[in-house]
Amino acid sequence: MTTSLEQGINTLKAAIDAPTASYFSSCVHCGICAYACIFYTETGEAKYTPMNRLEPMKRLWEQEYTVLGRLKKLIGLSKAITQADMEAAVELNFESCTTCGRCSMICPVGNDIVYMIKKMRGALTAAGLAPPELKGAAVRAIEKGSVMGFPMETLAAQVRAAEKETGIKINIDEPNVDYMLLLSSAEVVQFDEIIGSLAKIFKQAGVTWTFSSKAHEAANPGMHMGAKDIEAQQIEQMVAAAEELKVKNVISPECGHAYMAIRWDGPNVIGRPYPFKVFHIIEVLDQLREQGKLKTNACCTEEPITFHDPCQAARRGGVNQPQRNLLNMMSSNFVEMKQHSACNWCCGGGGGVGSLEKTEELRKRIFHRKKRQIDELGVNTVVTMCATCRNTLEEGLENNSMDVNVIGLTEAVANHLLKENES
Amino acid sequence: MNEVELLNWARGPGLVGASFIMVFGIILRLFEIFSLGKAKEYAEVRSSGAMGGIKTIIQRSIPEPRYWRYIGAAYLFHVGLFVVIFFFMPHILMFESVLGFSWPALPNFIIDIFSVLTIGGMIYTLMSRFTNPSRRIMTVFSDYLVWAVTFLPVITGYMTFHRFVGDYTCMLAIHILSVELLMIVLPFSKLSHSFSFAISRWYTGSAFGKRGTL
Ligand code: SF4
Ligand code: SF4
Repeated sequence: MTTSLEQGINTLKAAIDAPTASYFSSCVHCGICAYACIFYTETGEAKYTPMNRLEPMKRLWEQEYTVLGRLKKLIGLSKAITQADMEAAVELNFESCTTCGRCSMICPVGNDIVYMIKKMRGALTAAGLAPPELKGAAVRAIEKGSVMGFPMETLAAQVRAAEKETGIKINIDEPNVDYMLLLSSAEVVQFDEIIGSLAKIFKQAGVTWTFSSKAHEAANPGMHMGAKDIEAQQIEQMVAAAEELKVKNVISPECGHAYMAIRWDGPNVIGRPYPFKVFHIIEVLDQLREQGKLKTNACCTEEPITFHDPCQAARRGGVNQPQRNLLNMMSSNFVEMKQHSACNWCCGGGGGVGSLEKTEELRKRIFHRKKRQIDELGVNTVVTMCATCRNTLEEGLENNSMDVNVIGLTEAVANHLLKENES
Repeated sequence: MNEVELLNWARGPGLVGASFIMVFGIILRLFEIFSLGKAKEYAEVRSSGAMGGIKTIIQRSIPEPRYWRYIGAAYLFHVGLFVVIFFFMPHILMFESVLGFSWPALPNFIIDIFSVLTIGGMIYTLMSRFTNPSRRIMTVFSDYLVWAVTFLPVITGYMTFHRFVGDYTCMLAIHILSVELLMIVLPFSKLSHSFSFAISRWYTGSAFGKRGTL
């Protein structure tokens, strides 16, 4: 029997690869990465320096994978990782890091710090230390099919409501269509207007699509936990569903982390390429725009709007341009935040942080960066493309008594097209 | 052993030995890194990532203006070290004797300016280890040793050039010996960033490139 500490350490050991070794070999302990991280810039607390979160992992790398480190360990100069080390790492890797990856953009030696933070999370999960909220969500996602734990019937009811409202038939389990659509739980129960919006857009564009009753949840708590096996279980469910319906394309919903899990992590955690392509919903909409299928003679609005890039879709996922094409189509007054796209500041709610009760106070503090970015522009509308970002922004704006609207991009596009139909 | 013998030892067997250890050490460290391997990419990539890798290797050498305050001094001493090491006449002559070819040197007064900048930059960076919170929390004891090992050749070189103290031959021998110490320490300390930086930037940049961010 191995203890959970041993399991954690073994997982960490196995996760150390050539990039990790190169990152630790290159780190000059300059601390510059701190200036990229909202947790540091908004609190001034040095412990939040991104690379500082990885101290146990660095020690283990040195002890296991360098000649000098082995010698040091042999003569007792380097201490083994303890339970206390791992417990301290929970706060730094789960509770105060959104895995936004902004730190990885500015390290002078080029370290991809968040790449290692995700591995560190995996080790903490193996050691039984993952936050209970995430564990619970992962169990619900796999057993019930949604992170919030509602059954397929909930989605089906929302689909029927959207059909009634729009008068458009929406498919469930329809084989051989162009696209299979996934949603995140928040979109099903909270931002459900997205279902009707897409029905309208796709109808106008002549695109066929379906939901699957076997897999509709795109959010993947296993990814937040760094637990590849848990992440893979959910991905396998989606792959099986897509194969059964023989679809060539799967659409990830707006949610940035969902996109990261489905588009980039997915094939790697299941260890084989997909037999279909994956697109972010905004990529699909932009393709339709490019093909002239979103044609509209509706005038663009002049009201200034800005856009908040979800870290996982934009910086980490590579979806940076499509949203801008769509925004420029809809508005003649789209203004960028000072730092945007790949260098956007995180809203503070991603990476599972937003779902942890403990982080509430901290989240309020770190939101100030986003607040300043929005204040600077003096806009009344912020568009984004992620349910988590949307919730975090709404909460943050309310806490700061700011009179700013937050809307989802898909919904905004649908409203825009609708305007034309009415005129 | 008198000064002349010491100098001859430093220039001869000392240099050969230090070079050998440095090269061996670098190969060992590269092996330590690459032997760990990297998982195959199964996701459908947007580009090979090569451009992203190359771009990152180049771009991260240019400091972001927003972080100039925190990193300016460090960049300055890196540039200073580069100029002084590779464009000071006696250094070029040394390289020529090993490599068989040479390149133009910079005038001594320019080298002198860069030496002073390097010394200033290094002292400032050392101080910032105490004053800058995020740097302080990252600092480990060996950072000071590494700093000293890097500073020694700079300061002894400067003193030798200006003939500040005592015997020129002796000073020069000490200078060369301090360089040899640096060469030996380099692969086995965080000074390994002098070669591994390119690997790190490549891995990060090509990953970004594959996903279409760079
Ligand atoms: S910025 Fe890079 S080199 Fe500097 S401490 Fe952070 S990870 Fe290390
Ligand atoms: S990923 Fe984002 S939140 Fe986490 S350490 Fe890096 S900058 Fe901070």
